[in-house]
Amino acid sequence: MDLSYSEEQLLLKDSVSRFVARSYEFNRRRDNLHSSLGYSAENWALFAELGWLMIPFDEEDGGLGGSAVDLMILMEEFGKGLVVEPFLATTVLAGGLVAALGSDRQKGDYLSPVIDGAMQLAACYIEPDSRYCLSRVTTKAVRDGGGYVISGKKCVVLNGGHAENYLVVARTSGDSNDQSGISCFIVPNGVSGLSVDNYRMNDGVPAADLVFTDVRVPESSVLGAIGDGFKALESVVARATFAACAESVGIMDELLNKTVEYTKTRKQFGVPISSFQALQHRMVDMFIACEQSRSMLLMAACELDQGSESSLKAVSATKARVGQAARLVGQEAVQIHGGIGITDELDISHYFKRLTSIENLFGSVDYHVGRYMSA
Amino acid sequence: MNAELSSDDLDFQDEVRRFLGSELPDDIRGRVESGGRLSKEQHVRWQKVVYERGWAGVNWPRQYGGTGWTPVQKHIFEKECARAYAPEFISFGLKMVGPVIYTFGTDEQKQRFLPSILSSDTWWCQGYSEPNAGSDLVALTTTAVRRGDHYVVNGAKTWTTYAHRADWMFCLVRTGAADVKSQEAITFLLIDMTSPGITVSPIITLDGAHEVNEVFLNDVKVPVDNRIGEENKGWSYAKFLLNHERTNIAKVAISRQRLSQLKSLLLVTPDGLGGFLSDDPAFSRKLAELEIELKALEFTELRTLSALSTGESPGPQSSILKVCGTEVAQRIDELFVEAAGMAGLPYRPDHYLGNAEVDQAGCVESYVNRTPWYFNNRKASIYGGSNEIQKNIIAKTVLGI
Ligand SMILES: Cc1cc2nc3c(=O)[nH]c(=O)nc-3n(C[C@H](O)[C@H](O)[C@H](O)COP(=O)(O)OP(=O)(O)OC[C@H]3O[C@@H](n4cnc5c(N)ncnc54)[C@H](O)[C@@H]3O)c2cc1C
Repeated sequence: MDLSYSEEQLLLKDSVSRFVARSYEFNRRRDNLHSSLGYSAENWALFAELGWLMIPFDEEDGGLGGSAVDLMILMEEFGKGLVVEPFLATTVLAGGLVAALGSDRQKGDYLSPVIDGAMQLAACYIEPDSRYCLSRVTTKAVRDGGGYVISGKKCVVLNGGHAENYLVVARTSGDSNDQSGISCFIVPNGVSGLSVDNYRMNDGVPAADLVFTDVRVPESSVLGAIGDGFKALESVVARATFAACAESVGIMDELLNKTVEYTKTRKQFGVPISSFQALQHRMVDMFIACEQSRSMLLMAACELDQGSESSLKAVSATKARVGQAARLVGQEAVQIHGGIGITDELDISHYFKRLTSIENLFGSVDYHVGRYMSA
Repeated sequence: MNAELSSDDLDFQDEVRRFLGSELPDDIRGRVESGGRLSKEQHVRWQKVVYERGWAGVNWPRQYGGTGWTPVQKHIFEKECARAYAPEFISFGLKMVGPVIYTFGTDEQKQRFLPSILSSDTWWCQGYSEPNAGSDLVALTTTAVRRGDHYVVNGAKTWTTYAHRADWMFCLVRTGAADVKSQEAITFLLIDMTSPGITVSPIITLDGAHEVNEVFLNDVKVPVDNRIGEENKGWSYAKFLLNHERTNIAKVAISRQRLSQLKSLLLVTPDGLGGFLSDDPAFSRKLAELEIELKALEFTELRTLSALSTGESPGPQSSILKVCGTEVAQRIDELFVEAAGMAGLPYRPDHYLGNAEVDQAGCVESYVNRTPWYFNNRKASIYGGSNEIQKNIIAKTVLGI
């Protein structure tokens, strides 16, 4: 057993952390986020150049081997900088689906350009009444002539506005909640019958709701075997969930450090507020929450990299524990900052909002405790 | 001992219900119900309706145009307002400076300021906090120097809620020698916001709202006539104000209404399995636990009310109302966000800040404002004396530590 990083992993951590220090000055991040794209195309090109977009994929797909530990390192550092580039959406989620289900030709058409940084994707699998349940799919794809006709609604599609292609999960047979009968299609943005409602999430990150009205796609757009997409969806979403937990841990670390620093400089009653024991203990609780979360993350990374049966359960346990920690750390960071903590101007509230988004993305604490119990 | 309302109180309750049923405008009720923010016009319009009925001065004595209601009647009124989704009154005039003026002000000040506070024709803001005087309010450094019949005020206030909407500000300033760092050198001034030398600069909060401001005062002339009471005695008026509002500080009525709103919402919130969240035992349990906590809080508040109605001073239990009240309210905020699930992620400023109608029939729409509300309401444990400061006060004054 060895729970330390390898030399390459330390180099990766260092390189991402240097990128964040160099390119993620808070006002610059804000400008990028407020641009119509919602992130920096220049940063994205840099990610490709540095090989970060290869990290989650197998070597035969043109990737770097796809270890969970590498993904964790990347996402944690991204969390520290509140990185807004759509790595989770395009690379982990949508790219993950192509990698898991695509034919060689499809990988050539859709995965290689993702790895090169030349294409943006988005995965559409959440529906208005699906909550967190992945098998709840009511969007239908009906066979028609040489292809399929897709109808239904998808919501909170991350990166949904600027993706060139969508990975759309639709039902080709079975009842609304069946795990079988779920298929995956590649649908180009701009196809007739598709309407896209773009918006920002509460953390400022772009997302979209999509309505498919009799959208026609050819046979070649089917990804993997018809009716057999659920397992792949489940494992790709689990990996994204794990990645989001790593992002949360990075955010929490940053909130803890910033809060401790702030209390050392903020004076009230003639002394730094860090001298109040009432606040010291609360910051220690934040620290404990961070460390316990990190432990869960390492546990899940090991399970994922071993490819063990129980890796889904491990991810649910992690998401549940990190979710609890995230709420505590986010709220306390704001509270201990006082009034300044709730301003848009200071970064604290932005970290807090991102943590809150992640709490609901990919399933709440309750949902994952439930999955843990039934797994 | 009994907790029932008398028949007079029940009649009063009916009267309030009828009034709210016929007079509360739909657009205003809709904003409150959806958790969106109200415009100044909406606040003013509603207070004027209540004012016409003679009920705006809920806590005020009759001689100043108040209702003269018993504590129980006030309680009923607040409860019914919450149930009907009537907006809360903005507190700076009605609950804060109004009572200070009718308690400590001159006759001239009473005539000049009180009527327009009741009618909502003038809006007030509270200029206490400063960049370096938050929890430690006594550390404030805004100064007022006497020059004949006026003061010249210099300094900066911050976190001033609605300074951008207010006509007047009640303000704590330092009048004693610069080195006197005590409460004895603080004076309570009423400042016209249109005075030359005042600049208001917005602070945007994490939910995107413009609610608080910085207020810079640069050689602002304030007539001595606008001073409350005596020079250097301002701290005692400020403390009176902080202690004045004993009822409704816990916002039990609003919390109860929001909890029941959430409960009904769960009946139409998909659980992802084809059913609804109301069927989820884990969620129902959390709701029940919170309801129990709220019950305890309600009776703690009733104990305070009961003491006040029999002319006693409220016991030590009243000190926990602010802490418990904000904790329960913030816990309800959390449950709304949890219940929302993915529907809690989109930010729709047109709904939250603007005036887009929220279709309460649609489940996703019903959740649209809940996350920004949750963010915004983190303020509740920070302002008006943070919960940490409240606990320090309780430790000292109640437990004698
Ligand atoms: C939305 C909002 C609206 C407001 N509106 C107004 C207004 O209209 N007018 C006005 O005058 N002010 C207003 N305030 C200001 C508010 O009263 C202050 O924010 C509050 O007093 C805390 O001060 P601070 O923000 O400087 O935090 P600080 O005093 O710096 O406190 C930072 C943290 O330290 C803790 N702390 C401080 N001292 C102690 C101690 N001795 N022991 C333990 N913990 C301690 C605090 O609880 C807090 O968690 C508003 C604030 C907010 C957020």
